[in-house]
Amino acid sequence: MVADTPSDNRSKFLRDVIADTPEGERIVHCLQCGSCGGSCPNGAEMNYTPRAVIAMIAADRREEVLTSNTMWQCVSCYFCTSRCPQDIPITEIMYALKRMSIREGKARKTDAPALAKTFTDLVEKYGRSFEFGIASRYLLFNRPMSMLKSSGMGMSMFAKGRLALTPTRIRQVKQLRAIINKARELSQHD
Amino acid sequence: MKYAYYPGCSLEAGSAAYDKSVRAVLEQLGVELDELDDWNCCGATEYFSQNELVATSVIARNLALVDGEHDQLVAPCAACFLNLKKTDKLLSEQPVMKGKVDEALAAGGLSYRPGRVRVRHLLDMLYTDIGQEAIRAKVVQPLNGLRVAPYYGCQIVRPLNGFDNPEYPMKMDEMFEWLGAEVVDYPVKAHCCGGHMTQISEPEAFELIRRLLQSADEYQADVILCMCPMCQLNLDAYQGRVNGHFGTSFKLPIVFFTQLLGVALGIEMKKLGFGKELVSAEPVIRSKLDGSSVGAAT
Repeated sequence: MVADTPSDNRSKFLRDVIADTPEGERIVHCLQCGSCGGSCPNGAEMNYTPRAVIAMIAADRREEVLTSNTMWQCVSCYFCTSRCPQDIPITEIMYALKRMSIREGKARKTDAPALAKTFTDLVEKYGRSFEFGIASRYLLFNRPMSMLKSSGMGMSMFAKGRLALTPTRIRQVKQLRAIINKARELSQHD
Repeated sequence: MKYAYYPGCSLEAGSAAYDKSVRAVLEQLGVELDELDDWNCCGATEYFSQNELVATSVIARNLALVDGEHDQLVAPCAACFLNLKKTDKLLSEQPVMKGKVDEALAAGGLSYRPGRVRVRHLLDMLYTDIGQEAIRAKVVQPLNGLRVAPYYGCQIVRPLNGFDNPEYPMKMDEMFEWLGAEVVDYPVKAHCCGGHMTQISEPEAFELIRRLLQSADEYQADVILCMCPMCQLNLDAYQGRVNGHFGTSFKLPIVFFTQLLGVALGIEMKKLGFGKELVSAEPVIRSKLDGSSVGAAT
């Protein structure tokens, strides 16, 4: 393994990304080859490709990266990760950027955080997720027009018995909440 | 052979056909599948976008619930499989995170030792553990004449699968060759279906779905085989809207691979969840196969 560069040469943004990403220290080995952007199914829709984002992280351009749409266009397909010649966990870096962007109130140009929150709120209430609950709550508050356009499809799914109107509630939902609350508390000590 | 089974939330309603066909096929093959008691949602990609420690703790609860009778956990859904496997790996390799997840689990009176449970994808289990000989011995309705397009998607073959090629997976292709089907070798079989982008930004999602449908159609597939609930939902339920968006007229049935495996094993189509897909699969399957022996074993 190549020796890492001394940490005092690294930008604050780079250090934060490394700290928030498992195996994130691999990022310093980026060759700027562009295999990631070239492999990305949504690369053309991104403000900056993953290659550019890695260069911008090193250059401490925090605001531009965290307000960009790049990580929100990531569909977690892992093509970039699997093809990176330097074994950089690029998809995991995208997750870290999503978390930082939400935490720092910079998430724009996307409804993805609203979808994520709707999803996990239901999990915390019932222990399981269910499509109808997610779609109805999320679309109603974020994309009401889209709800209308999807309603035909929703009716077809309902007719086929594929839309549960109520979720399954696990027995030990209190235990799950205790685990979540503890994890949330511990994550704030970082 | 005995496995703990993690169906995942999608298999409870939206992808009930997957759950139904998994259970029917494994019963026919004599494999014992014990559903994990009181399992919780794996969080899909949504917890990892918000809080990594919460994400891994929520997933670790499921690993901790696997009892001493079982050392393997089988998941059919792509997101569940990746999350369970990724969490076991993170807990093995990241001691600081493991310490915190241990503390979180302890708040619920649970504990988990990384590596105790081996997380398997259903396709790997069927292909590797049961294998060609045992599966072929049970075929009563060969799939000769049916052109199938195996679709692998992303999160089963990348990044952690360990049983197939992440760029050009072949295990489902081989399995359907055992069953006598004409397997379509099309170039996008491990490309992305758009995942949750159908909920966030339809134009991008629709374009990814179009690429898949168009390629399978150009290669004259009769049916696309999925092994992920999200892929099946996007390709099947959104097919009409994709047609509307692009002015195309795709009419490709999208089924779970276990449904068609079940047909080859002679299980009645109703017991395999056929009829729940929005683009009906039954007519093309019956017309290509000798309809009289479909469902003959039950």
